[in-house]
Formats: sequence, C-alpha cells, structure tokens
Amino acid sequence: MDKIVFDIAHLLAGSILLVSFMMLYQDRLSALLNLFALHAVLLALSVAWQAHVHAAPHLYVTAMIALFFKALFIPLALHRIVVRLNIHRQIETVVGVGLTMMLGMGLAALAMLLMVRITPDSDLLGREDLGFALATVMLGLLLMVTRRNAVSQVIGFMSLENGTILAATGAKGMPMVVEISVAFSILIAFIVIGVFLFRIRERFDTVDLQALDQFRGEQG
Amino acid sequence: MALVVDLLTQGLQLILVLALAPLLTGFVRKVKARLLRRQGPSVWQPYRDLLRLARKEVVLAENASWLFRTAPYLIFAATWAAAALVPTFASGLIFSWTADLIAIIALLGSARFFLALAGMDVGTAFGGIGSSREAMIASVAEPAILMMVFTVALVAGSSQLSTVARFMGSPEVGLRVSIGLALFALFIVALAENARIPVDNPATHLELTMVHEAMVLEYSGRHLAVIEVASSLKLLLYVSLIGCIFVPWGMAASGAGIADYALGLALYLAKIVVLALGLALFESAIAKMRVFRVPQFVGAALMLGLLGTLLLFF
Repeated sequence: MDKIVFDIAHLLAGSILLVSFMMLYQDRLSALLNLFALHAVLLALSVAWQAHVHAAPHLYVTAMIALFFKALFIPLALHRIVVRLNIHRQIETVVGVGLTMMLGMGLAALAMLLMVRITPDSDLLGREDLGFALATVMLGLLLMVTRRNAVSQVIGFMSLENGTILAATGAKGMPMVVEISVAFSILIAFIVIGVFLFRIRERFDTVDLQALDQFRGEQG
Repeated sequence: MALVVDLLTQGLQLILVLALAPLLTGFVRKVKARLLRRQGPSVWQPYRDLLRLARKEVVLAENASWLFRTAPYLIFAATWAAAALVPTFASGLIFSWTADLIAIIALLGSARFFLALAGMDVGTAFGGIGSSREAMIASVAEPAILMMVFTVALVAGSSQLSTVARFMGSPEVGLRVSIGLALFALFIVALAENARIPVDNPATHLELTMVHEAMVLEYSGRHLAVIEVASSLKLLLYVSLIGCIFVPWGMAASGAGIADYALGLALYLAKIVVLALGLALFESAIAKMRVFRVPQFVGAALMLGLLGTLLLFF
C-alpha cells in the first residue's frame, strides 16, 4: 500500500517535470500554452493526491486554485492575448533546442544531487517532491532565459510558480492565508504583465524583448 | 530434460521469427492500405516477392568488391541472431544467458555498419547519401537506445532479457514514470531504426527522402531478398523487444507445461497484431519529416531515456 502511494506521487511529479521539458522543447506558442495548461492540471492532481495521502483537506483548495486559475483561466486569457497580438504562429529561441535540452538535463541532475545531499533523513515523499519542485523551478527559469518572446517568458514564470506550489505541498502544505495571497499575487502579476505586453507592443511593434535592450529612453 | 526443452524452444524461436517476419511486414502494409481505403496486396505478398527475388539472377556493378557480395549475408546473420535472442513466447531459451540487451544492440549496430559500407561500396551518389544519413540517424539513435537500456536495467537489476521480462511481469515493478519514458524512447528509436514514416518512408523510391532504400539501391536478386528479410526481421525484433520488456505477460517460463507454451505463443501473436495495428495507424496519421529535423526527433528519445534514468535517482 505504502509503495503504491509513493509510486503515484512519483508518477505525477515526474510527469510535471516531463511537461516542463516538453515546454522547453516546444517552439510554437499556442502549443506551449496548451502544455502549460497540462502542467497546471498535473500540478492540481499531484496536490490533490498529497491532500489525500496526508489527509489534509486544505490542500484540496490549493488543487482547486491550481485547476481553475492556472489550468483554465490563465491559458485561455493568454490564448486570447496571443491571437490579438497576432503572434500565435511561432516563437524564436535564443539557443538551439539540443543545447537547451542538455542544459535542462544538467539543471535537473543538479537539483537531484542537491536534494539527495541536504535531506538525507526526511521522509521519502517530501524529499522526492522537493527534488522535483526544485527541478521544475530551475526549468522555469531556463525557459525564461532561453526565450525572447514576452509571452513565453510569462509562461516560464508561471511554470516556475507551479514548482514552488509543488514544493510547498511536499512540505505538508502552507498556511491558507499564504496560499490565497500567492494565488492572487500571481493573478495580479498576470494582469500587470498582460497590460505590459500591449504597452511593449504599442511602443516597439514587437513583443521580442531583445528590442528593450537597445532602448535608451524617450528622446526629447 | 530441461536442457532439451530449452534447446527445442530456442530452435523453434529461431524458425518462428524467420517465418513470421515477412508476414508482419505484409500485415502492416495491408493495414496501411486499408486505412487509406485501398485494397492493398495480400499479407502473403512479401513471401512471394522474396521467392521471386531469390530465383532471379544477381546483377553486380562492375566495380563492386567482395564486401558488396558478402555484406547481405553478414547483415542477415547478425539480425537473425539478434532476433532469435529476444524472448518471444517463452523465456527459457538455451542462449538466454547471452540474450543481453547490450549484446543485441551491438549485433544490430554491426549489421548497420555493414549495410552502410555496402551502400558506399559501389560509389554511386545515392548509396553515399543513404549511408551518410543512416550514420547521422544512428549517431543519435544508438545513445538513445542505450539510455533506455540503462533505465530498464537499473529498474530490473539486470540487462539480461529473460530476467528483465520476469521482473517486469512481477507485481514488484510498481508504477514508475521512468518505464513509461523508456517505452516512448524505444518507440521513437524503433521508428527511426526501421525506416518507418516520420523518419524514412519504406514504400517510396523518391530520391530526396530515402535512407534505407538508397543504401540497397544497387542490390538485386538473392542479395536483395536476403536484405529484405533482414529488414523484416529487424522490425519483428523491435516489436518483440517492446513486447518482451514492457508487456511480458503470458510468456512461458522455463519448465512450463505444453499448454503454457501454446498460451504464450497465442499471446505473442496478439501482441504483434496490436503493435502492428498501432504502427500502421501512426504511420497513416503522420507526415514524413525533413531529414534535418530527424536528429531533433530522435534526440527527443535520447532526452527521454536520459530523463528516465535521472528520475530513478529521485
């Protein structure tokens, strides 16, 4: 019984990591958004499983928040933004897919080594969740670094946040207040970023953040 | 007594794979044709083709060396040996101690080496292109399948196929994401290695896209027949490998009764049919890739294998 509990948690967390890798690989924007929705659904499932295992009903709320906000609302809104910005055809990457994948592997291995070293005597379930969460956070950061398009950077940021939620549930949940405020700050961040996207687009006629590097302020 | 049974099983398997291989190729072709609403040739057509080819005379290019003439038999022997080592319907084979995954990959690798050499031997442009593409694909596909082997071997504690099959059939294997990743990696590698559709089209002679067909373009007569059998055997080998590692249920253990052997055989045939249907469906649903995208596609298998190994340590 205990083994199957661990196996299912491992399966779900492993799938989250796999979807993170798929997001690194995917270079089409609308497919990337769908993957992000999948990421959030898997996160919700994983959190719900933890709630069931630890008999912690408040984690079900976390799962619901993940499901409704991150798997439904944000991807749908981003889809609309992408279509309105007329950039749903493709995105460009700064470095090649192969190199990105290798970097991602390296980061995942690093996260694993770190977690195995620093948590030798905590319980297996939490330890494994922390490892996966750290790897997911790293991959989210990598996604933000390797993409130039603002929308895919937003997705990188959101998937990074999914990683932190996973870590928090591995540590038997966080207080409800923190939970809800994090969810709302993500939502606010999303709205602010959404507004910014249109502002950047209006100013530079592109959402390629490379354009910001050359910007030297308003002239006269 | 057990020795005799094992020997008989091995002999039966040796003949079984050889007899079944063209049938599998014919079956996949038939299903693909039916999916396109064509009638398609009969499933026995590959046997007729082989018979016809075997009776025809061999036409050799003037500058073909001895390598060109011996390579088909070397390729066939290596592939046949590899296919006979993968447990299909029974795990108690007399050579099961040699049936190591890495040895099988090495046998297939040497077959590919000779095929690529033969492709370059006559010195035509097509042969060279085919060989260089084959080498490009193999340089990614072989690490990928090795990573997949490492994943499976780490889970099962052995890279010997009968041990792996026994472990995978027992309940202690549990629910592991690594095995799923290894399965996907093996699917991708199998598509690439057997020159199936997203990588190469087995049914075309269109110059720009062919890989396998380009290498064997100069062959004729019995040489071509032997090479065709070898490529059918390779497809059967990968199908059996997927069946043996990931769905080993119903395989007769060594020392089982005659009924168990019959059951194992029936289940093996069922597994082949299911996988062949899946292959035909997949091939009909997807378009062929550009050659330069193939390393990315096969690279995904490498990544999956690597990730599968990595996740085992979490």
